[in-house]
Amino acid sequence: MQNFPSLNTNSNTDINLQSELSTLNLGPTHPATHGVFQNVLQLDGERIVSGVSTIGYIHRAFEKIAEHRPFYQITPLTDRLNYCSAPINNMGWHMTVEKLLKIQTPKRVDYLRIIVMELSRIADHIICNGVLGVDTGAFTGFLYMMEYREAIYEIYEEVCGSRLTTNIGRIGGFERNFNEIAFAKIKKFLAEFPKVLAEFESLFNRNRIFIDRTKGVAPVSIETALDYSWSGPLLRAAGVDYDVRAMNPYCSYEEFDFEVPVGTTGDVYDRFLVRNEEMKQSMRMIQQALDKIEKEDPTIFHADVPEFYLPPKEEVYNNMEALIYHFKIVMGEIDTPVGEVYHSVEGANGELGFYLVNDGGRSPYRLHFRRPSFINYSMYADMSRGMLLSDAIINMSSLNVIAGELDA
Amino acid sequence: MAALNNDILLENLTGKFGQAIQPQADEYGVLTVHTDRDTIIDLLRYIKTDAALQFIYLTDITAIQYPEKESPIGVIYHVHSLVHNVRIRIKVFLPAGDERIPTATVLWNGANWMERETYDFFGVNFEGHPNLVRILNVDDMTVFPMRKEYPLEDPNRVDKKDFYFGR
Repeated sequence: MQNFPSLNTNSNTDINLQSELSTLNLGPTHPATHGVFQNVLQLDGERIVSGVSTIGYIHRAFEKIAEHRPFYQITPLTDRLNYCSAPINNMGWHMTVEKLLKIQTPKRVDYLRIIVMELSRIADHIICNGVLGVDTGAFTGFLYMMEYREAIYEIYEEVCGSRLTTNIGRIGGFERNFNEIAFAKIKKFLAEFPKVLAEFESLFNRNRIFIDRTKGVAPVSIETALDYSWSGPLLRAAGVDYDVRAMNPYCSYEEFDFEVPVGTTGDVYDRFLVRNEEMKQSMRMIQQALDKIEKEDPTIFHADVPEFYLPPKEEVYNNMEALIYHFKIVMGEIDTPVGEVYHSVEGANGELGFYLVNDGGRSPYRLHFRRPSFINYSMYADMSRGMLLSDAIINMSSLNVIAGELDA
Repeated sequence: MAALNNDILLENLTGKFGQAIQPQADEYGVLTVHTDRDTIIDLLRYIKTDAALQFIYLTDITAIQYPEKESPIGVIYHVHSLVHNVRIRIKVFLPAGDERIPTATVLWNGANWMERETYDFFGVNFEGHPNLVRILNVDDMTVFPMRKEYPLEDPNRVDKKDFYFGR
């Protein structure tokens, strides 16, 4: 029988294979890159020697456009940041403006916002964890969970008429009130989803293949995570209990009873577990918000700030006062305070910050988004070094990079 | 340890850096100070490593431009003390035509992309940055698009008719 020389050792063989690095373009459009961005990887066999990340393929001059638009017209821009959880961006932007304008929103608005924000956090985590399963070769979990993202989209649809880029918030509250069907759908979701999530967890958490593919893959220490300014589930998986909702409560989060799940090793498996746990906490919060809403006046869905809140169309047609305010808002004839605000919310990926400098005009003088995907992703090329290509793919899906937010 | 608030923080910083720190009035709760580019890295290193302050979390780096001012471009740092839950905003204004500032990547690796983005949009030259190239715009772009001298095109302009473009 012939003995084949082992390719891993270069001793005592007459076959001398030249080892050569190969270059792999991972992306810009590749099923394994969850969006349009490129990684040029130098590979030694299957091991990554070095990598360069290139982003910016769908950069839309977001901040520049915002400088030319009145406040209320920036809402649709924010929707397109993290399109998996558009309402969080949307609400975060409106809370920033309200902070600048010193508008106090009614309690019912806060609770409704919390419902919408937590629903979209669940939707985002459904996608992230479902796709993480797909990348390890398990399509079933994704299929199970996808139905419930659909259920969440139906709730959005009931509240604002659209599904993906919701345009759901207004300065001071919502464009319209939540109807009975919306509440019924939320309650139905709350009743059904825990069972599906438990099923999803039992499918993965003790699955030998899944554990082998994720446990110990791309572990990140607390120091490294903080050094790279990570935030959100990634930072918490590394072991830091930094959650904007708990640390700097906005939108009445301080009244809510919830826990901040924290991991220990910061590997892909921990990130998966942290996201699953966060979905459960989100459901707890939605339930509490529903209970609190019952004690509030059901007709209130926006703050009484006629100089900033666009009046409903029926009123514009029939009410002189509303017509005047409509004109003043649209023509930008309302004075806004001079000042600068930094406000951050806990987006699905981490701390989503808005830095707004206003000079009193109709549009911001300068608006900057602190986009968690952008900052979380900056470590990717560095951390891929020495990793196997297949692990790097899993790692990327656990980072939950959303290209719209990455490029803005 | 006494709870850290903006007054104690400001006292601490002016005690350490004296005239190099100029506090600004800010009514929205975040302490804002101006400083210069010779002090900025010392200041950041001090607030990061000082045991009483512990501003270990770099939240954001960005820039702003006031074209009519003598020092038009300001680099803005948001740093967060996770221990005390206090934020500080530090601004460094740079003279026109000489937009350079030492890089903060010596303190935080996370500053890498934030500074690249700031360079890309405003043309601030972060000295010592390991890879200061454009990040969101194309490499052969020659302008820094977030500066005020490059306004958005007027949406109402009339010479952009479809038939000029064969549509």
